[in-house]
Amino acid sequence: MKFGIVTFPGSNCDTDAIHAVTDQLGQTAFALWHRDHDTQGCDVLILPGGFAYGDALRAGAIARFSPIMQEVIAHAERGAPVIGICNGFQVLCESHLLPGALMRNAGLKFVCDWVHLRVEGSAPMYLNGYQQGQVLRLPIAHGEGRFAADDDTLDQLEQNGQVVFRYCDASGNVTDASNPNGAMRGIAGITNAAGNVIGMMPHPERAVEALLGSTDGLPLFESLLARVGA
Amino acid sequence: MNRFRVSVHIVPRKGLLDPQGKAVSDALHALGFADVEDTRIGRYIVLDVRAESAAAAEISAQAMCDKLLANPVTEDYQIASTVTV
Repeated sequence: MKFGIVTFPGSNCDTDAIHAVTDQLGQTAFALWHRDHDTQGCDVLILPGGFAYGDALRAGAIARFSPIMQEVIAHAERGAPVIGICNGFQVLCESHLLPGALMRNAGLKFVCDWVHLRVEGSAPMYLNGYQQGQVLRLPIAHGEGRFAADDDTLDQLEQNGQVVFRYCDASGNVTDASNPNGAMRGIAGITNAAGNVIGMMPHPERAVEALLGSTDGLPLFESLLARVGA
Repeated sequence: MNRFRVSVHIVPRKGLLDPQGKAVSDALHALGFADVEDTRIGRYIVLDVRAESAAAAEISAQAMCDKLLANPVTEDYQIASTVTV
């Protein structure tokens, strides 16, 4: 399977994503530049973490107008997989491929830590390798990760099973203390209504080998391989 | 074409947590400014725009806010002033 990893000026997790895709999953990765108009036939597109365009104005606001984003939007509209991690999630929200927005962390500080996440929702493309209610441990590193949307949007996301990851404690309880950024309803990751576009603040691509502390990110990519075909 | 300077205020929508604004409110209270009920901290953007008239410059600035300068999910904007430059 061919993964396209988009690099914007200021992306800094693109190499992590390429490493996860090639060395851990044994798949092919193409480095795509923000000025490209062609996704080179990639099956899956990943918008990685970082600070695209230095987060000028708002995280993801300028990246949204990159030439490659027209291709990412077309890819998503065809129902093909798009994964936005951290800054990539912010870009997907600014591009309106996902609802809501990511605001400054409630505690005002950049948070670099490990968090627990509860798996829920119904996005088989990404979740087949997990059990519902399973508790994962993944790293986060962000200053603007507080998911926000109006109540109707939040209700709709929950009713449609589009909330796929929530911050929780080690036993799976969603509490204020386990919420690192003040995200509404503890939301850490969502999908679009069709379930092919996923955005999440935690980093699954940094949790794909035991040596680095966790392999809990691996099933997300493996679900995709099983679903979309190796 | 004339040139106009359009100034735009963009603030976090009321009701959404603005942690920076809250920290400043708390500090103001600590300094004795007990009358402060709410503080919100946003951006002030100054645009120099070529346009036929002040009204046209404002319409253009509004379109810029809708498309890029403000996030419609979390922020409100208001044109603060328009002057000839």
